[in-house]
Amino acid sequence: MVKLAEWRGKEVFRRYGIPVPNGRVVRSAAEADELVRSGALVLPLVVKAQVLAGGRGKGGAVKFASTPEELRTVVSGMLGMQFKDETVKELLLEPKVSVGRELYLSIALDRSAREPLLIASGQGGVEIESLNGDELVRIDVHPFAGLAAYEKRRVGVAFGLEAPASKELGGVLDSLWRAFQQEDAELVEINPLAVVDGHLIALDAKVIIEDDAGFRHLEYAEIRDDRTPLEEIAREKDIAFVQLDGDIGVIANGAGLTMATLDVLAQFGGKPGVFLDLGGTDDPAKVTEAFLLMAKAHPSVVFLNIFGGVTRCDTVAKGLVAAMTQVPDADRFPIVARIRGNNEDLGRQILQSAGITALLDLKASAQAVVAAERARPAGRAAT
Amino acid sequence: MTVLVDADTRVVVQGITGHQGTVHTVQMKAFGTEVVAGVTPGKGGTQVEGVPVFDSVAEAVAKTGANASVIFVPAPFAKDAFFEAADAGIPLVVIVTEHIPFHDMLTMYYYGRLRGVQVIGPNCPGIAAPGKAKVGIIPNVVFRPGRVGVISRSGTLTYEIVNGIKEIGLGQSTCIGLGGDPVIGTTFVDALPLFEQDPDTDLLVLVGEIGGTAEEEAADYIRHHFTKPVVAYIAGRSAPPGKRMGHAGAIIDRGRGTAATKLAALQAAGATVADFPYDVPTLVAQRLRDGGSR
Repeated sequence: MVKLAEWRGKEVFRRYGIPVPNGRVVRSAAEADELVRSGALVLPLVVKAQVLAGGRGKGGAVKFASTPEELRTVVSGMLGMQFKDETVKELLLEPKVSVGRELYLSIALDRSAREPLLIASGQGGVEIESLNGDELVRIDVHPFAGLAAYEKRRVGVAFGLEAPASKELGGVLDSLWRAFQQEDAELVEINPLAVVDGHLIALDAKVIIEDDAGFRHLEYAEIRDDRTPLEEIAREKDIAFVQLDGDIGVIANGAGLTMATLDVLAQFGGKPGVFLDLGGTDDPAKVTEAFLLMAKAHPSVVFLNIFGGVTRCDTVAKGLVAAMTQVPDADRFPIVARIRGNNEDLGRQILQSAGITALLDLKASAQAVVAAERARPAGRAAT
Repeated sequence: MTVLVDADTRVVVQGITGHQGTVHTVQMKAFGTEVVAGVTPGKGGTQVEGVPVFDSVAEAVAKTGANASVIFVPAPFAKDAFFEAADAGIPLVVIVTEHIPFHDMLTMYYYGRLRGVQVIGPNCPGIAAPGKAKVGIIPNVVFRPGRVGVISRSGTLTYEIVNGIKEIGLGQSTCIGLGGDPVIGTTFVDALPLFEQDPDTDLLVLVGEIGGTAEEEAADYIRHHFTKPVVAYIAGRSAPPGKRMGHAGAIIDRGRGTAATKLAALQAAGATVADFPYDVPTLVAQRLRDGGSR
């Protein structure tokens, strides 16, 4: 998923006609200075760190500035600041407004209903999961019908707004729905949707775009969450790569089999450090890629658990042996391989003659992995 | 009767000239499936592995009587391929393609309902009934005809477990890999009644994963409507708490979706829960020996 920073989310809202403050993004104190000096922004301002994690207000990532000096201090202090796992590189500067009421609106997929779900609350500006169910309006929106007028009236009644905000609500809801569908969003959230001088305005924006829709949203291609270099390589090769705190490397094919492999290792006291999910494939070239990637993470031992579908086990085994010859001696690690499916006996013979432990039974394999790990000094987990 | 496919199933392969389409056409035929047609726009009149290729699904249906489709076409074109199958009157469509945007899948699912199509997938291994037919990509080697039904959200983990059932000397009636995407055409709850009514299924194995609430909903259904014994396995019990999708995601799932909640719900519904995949076959054999219902 592509999580958009607040300012990008507000750009999306603006395009769909949801009112947002007239803000500017800065990456240095000099830029902020210049915006005020030129009159593009007028003090007092709110300064918001453009990080993806929540809890910015309490965490010192949202501050106010009323004078040029104060602005310089706040901007310099906030840029480069560490907020949770992120480094602050961009700030959004917006005019400070006097907020009347704070409301909440979001649309996300309700998987079990197989329908998008609109959630609205008259109590916005707080962590929405802290509210009771009866403070939330939940409306399943049929993708063919969109938001019906009566559904928008339900939200209006829950909000209890006065004109002109009450008259603006329908437009905001329509825009949010269109943004959700047309941007291929997993989530569009406004918290808070504020009443300022009687009008509705989105003071925050959380927009998450679905990765799978990337082929028709090239405008989001440049945006990347912060990933480690290894995670970035894995992403390019369509391999799911996750780093945990342990030393065992796991390579499996398919999310379910990967999780089951981790479960079995945990049962015997093994701590997986890195796992690579090749997806529902047993393509030998991908197995090779995965091994070279895994070598860079310096595991203490690697457990390869592949259920061969169409590709034959002997082909996968040859790919694995070939991959090992490409790994530098210094980075070598013991391997326990379990490859099941067509020609599994032949595959096992090829691996064993290359000095790789090759088993068929999952339980026995997991035990062999844990034994191999204990026989070695702790590996270095890559970062 | 059987679950969704039987010896009268006649399969059209959409995207037959692609690598996956061709490979799995061979495999489906080796399974004993009647693969009667392939469709690739612009390649009509050719053949793939002895199967005639047509330019459109409508033509394939008219000329061959195809009554099930399996879709291998790439994600950006999958929605169109599905509309074509639905409009041609195909009642069962298995979508193997992965990375289909869920907004597309929502449209496809509801369109399928309007047209009376049973959709399986996307991003799924499909359906197989040993001795009858296979519409999808589950490896042939894991099967033997028998009386154990299997439904699963996983791919390769399904193969692992189905294979385990074979290795212990039992066999399968029908196996359906539903796919693990956010929106799927057939859920556990959609598939359970089919196995309940299937006279060829004595016991059902349910393979789930952490995340979402599909297993909890399946447990509800099993408790109230399912009379056959159930053996369940849930992958991911050792997984660290996953990333939640913002605040709205937490509200939608309402505290469900962990391995613990799923296992508890299934146990309370009378299912026998396996701790690890290799425990499933033994528990299946045990439940079958004990006989009777839940």
